[in-house]
Amino acid sequence: MIQFLRTSLLTAFASALLAAGAIAQETIKVGEFASLTGKEAAFGQSSHKGTLLAVEDLNAAGGVLGRKIELLTEDNQSKQGESATIVKKLIARDKVVAILGEVASSRSLEAAPVCQAFKVPMISPSSTNPAVTEKGNYIFRVCFIDPFQGVVMAKFAKNTLKLKKLGLLTSVSSAYSVGLAKYFKERFIADGGEVVIEQKFSEGDKDFKAQLTAIKAAGVDGIFAPGYYTEAALICQQARGLGMNLPIFGGDGWEAPQLIELGGSAVEGTYYSTHYTPENSAPAVQDFVKKFRARFDGETPDAMAALGYDSMMVLADSIKRAGSAERPKIRAALAATKDYQGVTGNTTMDAERNATKAAVVITVKDGKFKFVESVNP
Amino acid sequence: MTEFLQQLLNGLSLGAIYALIALGYTMVYGVLRFINFAHSDVFMVGSFVGYYMGKLIPEGTLWGGLTILVGSMMACAILGMTIERLAYRPLRNAPTLNVLITAIGVSLLLEYTGQVFFGAAPRNFPAIFPVTNFHLGGLIISSNQLMVIIVSAILMVVLQLIVFRTKIGTAMRAVSLNPKAAVLMGVNNDVVISFTFGLGSALAAAGGILYALNYPSIDPLMGVMPGLKAFVAAILGGIGNIPGAALGGLILGTVETFVAGSQWSTYKDAIAFAILIIILLFRPAGLLGKFTVEKV
Repeated sequence: MIQFLRTSLLTAFASALLAAGAIAQETIKVGEFASLTGKEAAFGQSSHKGTLLAVEDLNAAGGVLGRKIELLTEDNQSKQGESATIVKKLIARDKVVAILGEVASSRSLEAAPVCQAFKVPMISPSSTNPAVTEKGNYIFRVCFIDPFQGVVMAKFAKNTLKLKKLGLLTSVSSAYSVGLAKYFKERFIADGGEVVIEQKFSEGDKDFKAQLTAIKAAGVDGIFAPGYYTEAALICQQARGLGMNLPIFGGDGWEAPQLIELGGSAVEGTYYSTHYTPENSAPAVQDFVKKFRARFDGETPDAMAALGYDSMMVLADSIKRAGSAERPKIRAALAATKDYQGVTGNTTMDAERNATKAAVVITVKDGKFKFVESVNP
Repeated sequence: MTEFLQQLLNGLSLGAIYALIALGYTMVYGVLRFINFAHSDVFMVGSFVGYYMGKLIPEGTLWGGLTILVGSMMACAILGMTIERLAYRPLRNAPTLNVLITAIGVSLLLEYTGQVFFGAAPRNFPAIFPVTNFHLGGLIISSNQLMVIIVSAILMVVLQLIVFRTKIGTAMRAVSLNPKAAVLMGVNNDVVISFTFGLGSALAAAGGILYALNYPSIDPLMGVMPGLKAFVAAILGGIGNIPGAALGGLILGTVETFVAGSQWSTYKDAIAFAILIIILLFRPAGLLGKFTVEKV
């Protein structure tokens, strides 16, 4: 029996190897996991469109190393616990050479240990929590991290908005929200500001009136709410309903057209930091915006789309430099990425496999996103 | 003091919605002795019916709003009766556990059919009633909060009248007391049970509309959390007891709001549920429930 098992296992293994070899001759398989549906669907959809556009651009130019890129996308429905499963599926069944994914840090944190264990390079387009790339030497990102974003917003609150006493409203179930709030608070206090009250909520909450009433009673002159756009829109609405006409601002988790759709007039005059603006006149950005609009019915790409595009482009660049689509070689080339010129700026991987990039601050004015200022690292 | 009153108001308007949903759980339990887990999804369907009706009826008018409220209640009453007819009636003589599992099945069916038809992304619920804010000292009362409290109060009084002052209400109580004896006395149990489901679902729909008015972002899984809280409220008040469900909803909503507004906001749900456990330790049948001995 054992003999039989061993033989059949060996056969299965050998045929899997053969199959992998046969397919590898044809295309380079890249896996992507994204929140295509659910609460943060806007993130996954934007990011996926950007990645898809990059794949189409690459393939139109003859592919990478003479082989076409095949993008395999899986949806985690914005749910906890799904990402690890679908990433395992992409690695084990589809034999992808690399994984691209997630905007939300909590979900990238689920997938990262899996990719590290299987030694599959993973590039997160836009997860900003530092812990993501700390999961191991196979995990990369093409965006800035929250210690930088927190500093940008703390300085902005202090110097541009001239705020002194702030209230914090964070989501306890989101690694992104907790992390960003921490770095923001450290810097804001170090600069002489005061955080008078910190209130918490959980993802999926819709009632923030209780927390906002407490914040109002604490007498703040602004609210920092680093969450995602669904909650941000409701927070702004309920704050305005309670007669709080003070500045409310957040991080890149606010970046989605749904912020304005769901928030309406309540999000007017709010601010958030993000990775890029389509208003940037640099030729690379304008070229990307033009291509994106032509491909997706005139839709203007947001930061998640731009980072989705860059994540695929950085990967393709690494495969080219590695001269091979083998996972360890891709990893080594990714780690050596230097001065790659993308849509969201210059990508250089530091020792912690993070990119250092400029941040921009955006405001909502007359129902539209407007560029305010750009902050260099 | 202003903060306390404001939080009390926030809590009561949240609690009133829990109470409306809890009434549906408690009525069905009273008549059929099982928890209708699909109830929280009828609540979701109620707000989506409101969303689509809101596209046809001009926004921000009192009559338009009331039309949507009543229309959604009627649509969900029909949905509730259909669910009962198709899913629960064939199991009338099956063990309760089978019906319970079926209820979970119906709940998942509604949630995921909802995702197919409505999409999983949250949508913005229109402001169907005119919105104004009343200032009372430092207190800010929004018309939507008032609407929730007034509509809930009216619906609860109407429900109480139906159950205690009408023929069908008497029949409902008879079936709840002893279904077999009710049949012998000439009560048509099927009609009574169908009516109970219709009534409970209509209240869930009203809850759905009022919830969406205050938290205008709706999605197919929006019923899960409020449904769970309302279920807890029904148990807290004493399951099967109508005033108990209303009381349980108000208590839960108020406690949750006060904890969320304090420095322990992280433990909002934990504290609310811990209070439930403590109350049940001292009053196992709930606040207003009667303790009955199960015959073996």
